[in-house]
Amino acid sequence: MATTKLFFAGSGGQGVLTMGQMLTYAAMYADMNATWLPSYGPEMRGGTANCTVVISPDKPVSCPLIYEADDVVVMNLPSLLKFESLVKPGGNLFVNSSLIEQKATRDDINVYYVPANDIALELGNARTANVVMLGALMSVSPVVPVEMVYKIMEKTFSGRKAHLLDINKTAFHAWKQ
Amino acid sequence: MKPVFTVTEGMLPVSTSYCPGCTHGVAHRIIMETLDEMGLLGDTLGVAPIGCSVVAHQFMNVDMCEAAHGRAPAVASGIRRVHPDKVVFTYQGDGDLASIGMGEIVHAAARGEKFTTFFINNGIYGMTGGQMAPTTLIGQRSTTCVDGRTREQAGMPLKICELLATLDGPAYIERVALNSPAHIRAAKKAVRKAFEYQLAGKGFTFIEMLSICPTNWGLTPPKAMQWLEENMMAYYPLGVYRDVEKEAQ
Amino acid sequence: MSEKVLMKGNEAFAEAVIRGGARFYFGYPITPQSEIPEFMSRELPKRGGKFLQAESELGAINMAYGCGAAGGSGFISSSSPGIALMQEGMSFLCGAEVPVTLLNVSRGGPGIGSIQPGQADYNQVTRGGGNGDYRIPVFAPASIQEAVDILYECPSIADKYRNPVMVLADGLMGQMMEPVMLPEEKHALTSEEISTAKPWALSGSKKGTRSVVKSLRLQPEVLEEHVEHLFEKYAAMEKELERVEVENLEGAEVVFVAFGTMARLAREAMELLEAQGVKAGLIRPISLWPYPYGAFEQIPATAKAVISVELSMGQMLQDINLGVKGRVPVKLIHRVGGMLPTSLEVVEKTKKILEEVR
Repeated sequence: MATTKLFFAGSGGQGVLTMGQMLTYAAMYADMNATWLPSYGPEMRGGTANCTVVISPDKPVSCPLIYEADDVVVMNLPSLLKFESLVKPGGNLFVNSSLIEQKATRDDINVYYVPANDIALELGNARTANVVMLGALMSVSPVVPVEMVYKIMEKTFSGRKAHLLDINKTAFHAWKQ
Repeated sequence: MKPVFTVTEGMLPVSTSYCPGCTHGVAHRIIMETLDEMGLLGDTLGVAPIGCSVVAHQFMNVDMCEAAHGRAPAVASGIRRVHPDKVVFTYQGDGDLASIGMGEIVHAAARGEKFTTFFINNGIYGMTGGQMAPTTLIGQRSTTCVDGRTREQAGMPLKICELLATLDGPAYIERVALNSPAHIRAAKKAVRKAFEYQLAGKGFTFIEMLSICPTNWGLTPPKAMQWLEENMMAYYPLGVYRDVEKEAQ
Repeated sequence: MSEKVLMKGNEAFAEAVIRGGARFYFGYPITPQSEIPEFMSRELPKRGGKFLQAESELGAINMAYGCGAAGGSGFISSSSPGIALMQEGMSFLCGAEVPVTLLNVSRGGPGIGSIQPGQADYNQVTRGGGNGDYRIPVFAPASIQEAVDILYECPSIADKYRNPVMVLADGLMGQMMEPVMLPEEKHALTSEEISTAKPWALSGSKKGTRSVVKSLRLQPEVLEEHVEHLFEKYAAMEKELERVEVENLEGAEVVFVAFGTMARLAREAMELLEAQGVKAGLIRPISLWPYPYGAFEQIPATAKAVISVELSMGQMLQDINLGVKGRVPVKLIHRVGGMLPTSLEVVEKTKKILEEVR
């Protein structure tokens, strides 16, 4: 299986880094190789948060730095403007249409408009918007086994946070194409 | 027949390399005698500075290491982390402690590090040949202030006991002098007190010893002793600057 | 027990050194490695160790010196300008033969430079900024797993040679997360065990001998003898500590030389070139001192260029040239200041270089 390069961007507090970490954990549980890298280089300026995840099922990840991505998630407008160009031709762009009215401009990529915040609000927990988005991504591009995403959810939402497990699982499956 | 005097085992049976009349020998002896009398020689770890007494480990009969210039309090802090039950001390001159090592001594004192620092203040850089020290008195001559230190050119000498006494970390601070039998007896009492406080875990202990440097002062040892009495003691008064026991009473 | 976990580089580094036997940490906050002192302040007290935040990098290296002189296994981390401040101490530790594990999570320079990843500490760490004839082994891992495996070994290497040993990482590795297998925790000497295990260390003369740890040797013949002794150790280190990974050299038209994060970038560039029909190989020095000059003997006759991929103005070129010995043109692809090349950029620049040398 080929290496998949993913990129998540948004503003601080949108759970962008967490989305990437959940996938990386899931990859590790599935015995895949993976790297997670938060904003680096000049990208760190400007108040946006972003992270890069590279998943390689059989061989070690060659490089944690990317110049193009198979899947890009943008949670706010500045991220769309900045990172639409990062999607490789034929790749997928996931746009949080609850907060981004503008449309993507490229026609050589697949664009999915996911009203992540609206769906999360309907579910009764605005903070699950990132999980809605992660679920959307996984439904189009199943880079890791779904059970492994459940596993990290079960680990994250345990103890005092156990009551949040169900809503996160629901959020994960809430968006349908 | 009962001997009336024996040499302490705390000093190795060798001649020191210090100049004739230098009080490093006196300071070494009263520290080592005290450790010997307290039965602590085998459990003591010392840190020698950069300066004339960098070679203190050739004379003091305890486990010792050298420290880079001014860093003895940091070194002793590291030693203390490894051996919480040993006796630890640093032995430092005025250039080492009061100039280049000011950061280390202030922070070690503020942390209340459980070791003892012996501060040998003779108001001059000895090993490098008599340059101005941070404790050189106004008017005192050195090779970098040949007409005497001036306030305008070099600022004022540092009073380390007074400075450290502003901190809450130290448990015991005393300034003593090594220029007369009476002063030396008092100094030895201060040394003992510092080690007792250290053993009791009370905190950082600091003994400043006003000392002479006949070679670089250009005086005979007796005249140097007198110069210390008349000049240094006026600017650096002897006495106890911190005693947590007394303050608690 | 060994376990696979997902950890941020900086925390994985710290955990690895603890598991490798270090129990004493001394440090001063500096970006991009401040997670390390934070981690140590939480972990060490729980694991029989001690954490001490120093007043400065000068304080930190000298606390570590005191710790090592007293027989403890110490660890210090810092970043480029902090490492510069510690150079006096490193020279002192080498002269006094005191072990310590050092980690440099490097950033950009000169001066305060930037907090972004950089590799411009190459000369500082391999040549040393301290005075006198001394050497410090330096390892530059390319993944978090490799960093963990090397850092785990470092306290033992430092003890074996009674010398500081350094790992050179960069800010990118420190912030990155990667699944990692953590090795089993080693035993650390207690205060009581030091007197027998390290009789040279300060633990009190009650043990039967008097220990003196020092770097001053005023008599020329004594110092000469001491330096000769140090260099016998360094000769042994050169034999025993050299590490290198060589990939795809057979039939290679171009050979990349890179360490740390840049080696991973070069590896991807190699794969991309291969897909375009250009055969590329990689020499990845893992030990920067001792430098694996011998690996350059394997460069095949097919090679038209050797290219250093570096985050500096080419500080490694000198060593590469010593290895290549003029047989093949040596070129440089670099970015500095915290800027990072992409693997695509490396591919494009490589093709241009190949056009020039063909």
